[in-house]
Amino acid sequence: MINYIWSFFIIFGTLYSIFKGNINLSNTLLTSGSTSIDMIFSIGSIICLWLGVMNIAMKSGLLEIFANKLSILIRFLFPEIPKGDIAISYISLNIIMNMLGLGNAATPFGLKTMKELKRLNNDSDEASRSMITFLVINTASVTIIPTTVISLRVLNGSNNPNEIVSACIITTFLSVVLALIIDRLFYFLWRKRYV
Amino acid sequence: MFNYLVPIMVTFIIIYGLYKKVDIFDTFIDGVKEGINTSFKLFPTIFAMVIAITILTSSNILLDISKPLNSIFKLLSFPSEILPLAIMKPISGSSSIVILNDILNKYNPDSYIGRIASVIGGSTDTTIYIMSLYFGSIGIKKTKYALIVGLIADLLCIVIAIVTINILF
Repeated sequence: MINYIWSFFIIFGTLYSIFKGNINLSNTLLTSGSTSIDMIFSIGSIICLWLGVMNIAMKSGLLEIFANKLSILIRFLFPEIPKGDIAISYISLNIIMNMLGLGNAATPFGLKTMKELKRLNNDSDEASRSMITFLVINTASVTIIPTTVISLRVLNGSNNPNEIVSACIITTFLSVVLALIIDRLFYFLWRKRYV
Repeated sequence: MFNYLVPIMVTFIIIYGLYKKVDIFDTFIDGVKEGINTSFKLFPTIFAMVIAITILTSSNILLDISKPLNSIFKLLSFPSEILPLAIMKPISGSSSIVILNDILNKYNPDSYIGRIASVIGGSTDTTIYIMSLYFGSIGIKKTKYALIVGLIADLLCIVIAIVTINILF
């Protein structure tokens, strides 16, 4: 899919620019790459900060304490997972990384979670209820500190890069709760129709 | 209060680490090394997306396409400037980072548009990408109602983001 999107952007952008007589086109193509270097520096430095701090939290056992607290909520959201299963700790680590806006650090735990959930679903090739709930939590993204966004706001000269944090927390919380309600609703509708 | 959330968290984690006698400095450095690797791995994708999206946006094709729809968006009080972000966000993470950067650059991060774009960028994730990655990794073929729920959640998130910004600022 990304193949089509990427080529679509370049092909249509180029053709439309030529059609409209945009003379800056070749300049744009040759210089636009430097933006990505600025971006990777500002995003990268915040990723480094968080992964450094999170490493301390992990070594000191703080992450584990937090994950245990979270597991009560997770057991409620995923009634199909047996108590004490390793999947629960993977899910909580995934959620914690997402909370800090570290999507890239969350992905490995997400992949491990999916593997465990498949095992719990008797290795079926059908998506289980827990898998879909997990995906919904991930796509709605429980973010408390939107790391990447803050770094981009810094890069573009915001006077107060952190001012959107409160709005993000409200939005993320409401959308996750609504998404979980919709998830439950669809689960019951689906079961009624197909089982 | 939220302005101090991040520094307080960092300080708390460091104090707790000291209390548990963790080798704070080296542990931090190890994490940073991992962060450098992650950032470098991210670079090629960001680079490719920056080029494609800059070409697309500099051609103004998106503005010209969305012009006829502007009156509809106005009716719904939906700022059409964030439309590219709203469309790309569920599809590709790296391209929506680039689009967000573009919007912040053009409209200033502290403007109405800049704030809405920031909140959308910060509080939804790439539904289609995550779904294909996660389901693909374990060979799930029947995804049932997953995609529809994910996309409804994205749409809701955009609406909530706009409402929240209107109320808070």
